[in-house]
Amino acid sequence: MSRGKSGTSLAKKHNRAGWIFLTPATIMIAAMSFYPMISAFFLSLQSGKGNNLTFAGLSNYTRMFKDVVFIQSIKNCFFYLIIQVPIMLILALILASLLNNKDLKFKGLFRTAIFLPCATSLVSYAAIFRALFAVDGLINVILIKVGIFDAGYNFLANATSARIVIIIALIWRWTGYNMVFYLSGLQNIEYSVYEAAKIDGASPFQSFRKITVPLLKPTILLTAIMSTNGTLQLFDESWNLTYGGPANATISMSHYIYNMTFKYVPNFGYAAAMSYLILFLVAILAFVQMKVGDTRD
Amino acid sequence: MTKGQKVVAYTILTIVSFVSIFPLYWMISAATNKSVDVSRGRVIPGGELINNFKNLMAQYDVGSAMWNSFKYAVILTLLALFICSLAGYGFEIYYSKGKDRVMSILLLAMMVPFAAIMIPLYRMFSSAGLLNSTLGFILPTISTPFLIMLFRQSARSFPHDIIEAARMDGLNEFQIFYKMFFPTMRSTYAAAMTITFMTAWNNYLWPKVIMTDKTSITMPMLVANLKEGYVTDYGMLMLAVLLCTIPTAIVFFILQKSFAEGITGAVK
Repeated sequence: MSRGKSGTSLAKKHNRAGWIFLTPATIMIAAMSFYPMISAFFLSLQSGKGNNLTFAGLSNYTRMFKDVVFIQSIKNCFFYLIIQVPIMLILALILASLLNNKDLKFKGLFRTAIFLPCATSLVSYAAIFRALFAVDGLINVILIKVGIFDAGYNFLANATSARIVIIIALIWRWTGYNMVFYLSGLQNIEYSVYEAAKIDGASPFQSFRKITVPLLKPTILLTAIMSTNGTLQLFDESWNLTYGGPANATISMSHYIYNMTFKYVPNFGYAAAMSYLILFLVAILAFVQMKVGDTRD
Repeated sequence: MTKGQKVVAYTILTIVSFVSIFPLYWMISAATNKSVDVSRGRVIPGGELINNFKNLMAQYDVGSAMWNSFKYAVILTLLALFICSLAGYGFEIYYSKGKDRVMSILLLAMMVPFAAIMIPLYRMFSSAGLLNSTLGFILPTISTPFLIMLFRQSARSFPHDIIEAARMDGLNEFQIFYKMFFPTMRSTYAAAMTITFMTAWNNYLWPKVIMTDKTSITMPMLVANLKEGYVTDYGMLMLAVLLCTIPTAIVFFILQKSFAEGITGAVK
């Protein structure tokens, strides 16, 4: 009897230790994410300049659907999302399965090289790409030498080419990052499965499609959600690479919210309402991706 | 693999590796050249490194920006690793339904876009007098669901026998955590350290919001200020970019192997 009693009190003591261990982290997330999220909601129902706020109901929410620049920023983010994320993830998947092949040499070298762009900060690589694609930048110098252009082309002054430069830059920076996740996922697939498939006469492309992709599905889902989230929250590239221009053609949602908050006369209420739309979009897209990821078996 | 397939594989890998490395190589070479030569398309290293360095130092306070970035990133990394690993360990080793529910609520925070909480955070921090302070930099990301999850996953592979044996030896629960768990989970800590340090060093939006004073700016902020001038001095700009990249590159190279191992543990 006494043994059982001391056992339960020990279990209680351990349970309490567990709660104590997770308390600091939990409090910090509550204070730094959930509390601001709630206060952003109340803020979004108010209107006014600076700190002189009055209750405004849902007017901030109706306002944003008439705001041409904000609608443009939503369109821009979705343009990046639809074009850049699939290209990047497929490329990362192909590279990872190539690097998982036991017949190839120098794999460590290739892996390091492809992952290296991730070591640069977003501001830094934005500066590098801005310089490379400048009117007098290296890309123009090469294109003139090859004879494609007669004079330097201003990539960042044309809406379409500026968007493409952002997409190229994003692919360059993030492909290696996603590749590492796939490489880790591939470690959990027995290599003998591939050898068996080879004996059965499967081509590399067939084993990629029939073995790699289905078995990596959870990791693919994870990276798809992360990239979607990242693209909808895009800020540094829009701010530093194209300055949102020409004429807001490349501005991202976060960039516009930042302008509304800190660059013009602050309109905290309206900015908070727009930020709630981002949250809403992120949540919906994550939900859809999880549904699709679940049913495709 | 047939010979043809191998050729295709090597070709793809070589091209992608080249494209990945070239902009970084170009950054280094531009940092050693005059701005005019960079614009003319020179891609081989030159002898202007010292001059670019002198110009940069004369116009911008690089030393202070480097020190700020370093200070913010190191303190944040140490505290975040401690708080989040303690929580991940707590969630997994002392599993209970109640704790599991708390964890799933915490995971929701992963979806909260930074732009959405930036304004309330700014108002909170400015009324608390935390603008331009290290504490102001670290508090919002000191605890992240991602890190907690990473440590929780790795705690799953930590043998319960060790915990029982340690309890027999009279260690208390916290001693078991730092004397047993901490040393065995080195690769997870290395992965967490790489990710946290790089994210902290590279963070731009939050410091841009709260570091309103010139003396508290970070290295990425300095790079951003540098290219906003009317005429861009490419040599000087790329040298600043290079200086901003060196610390994260060093961390990356030192911890690369454990990073891959740590992530592998988490994806399982």
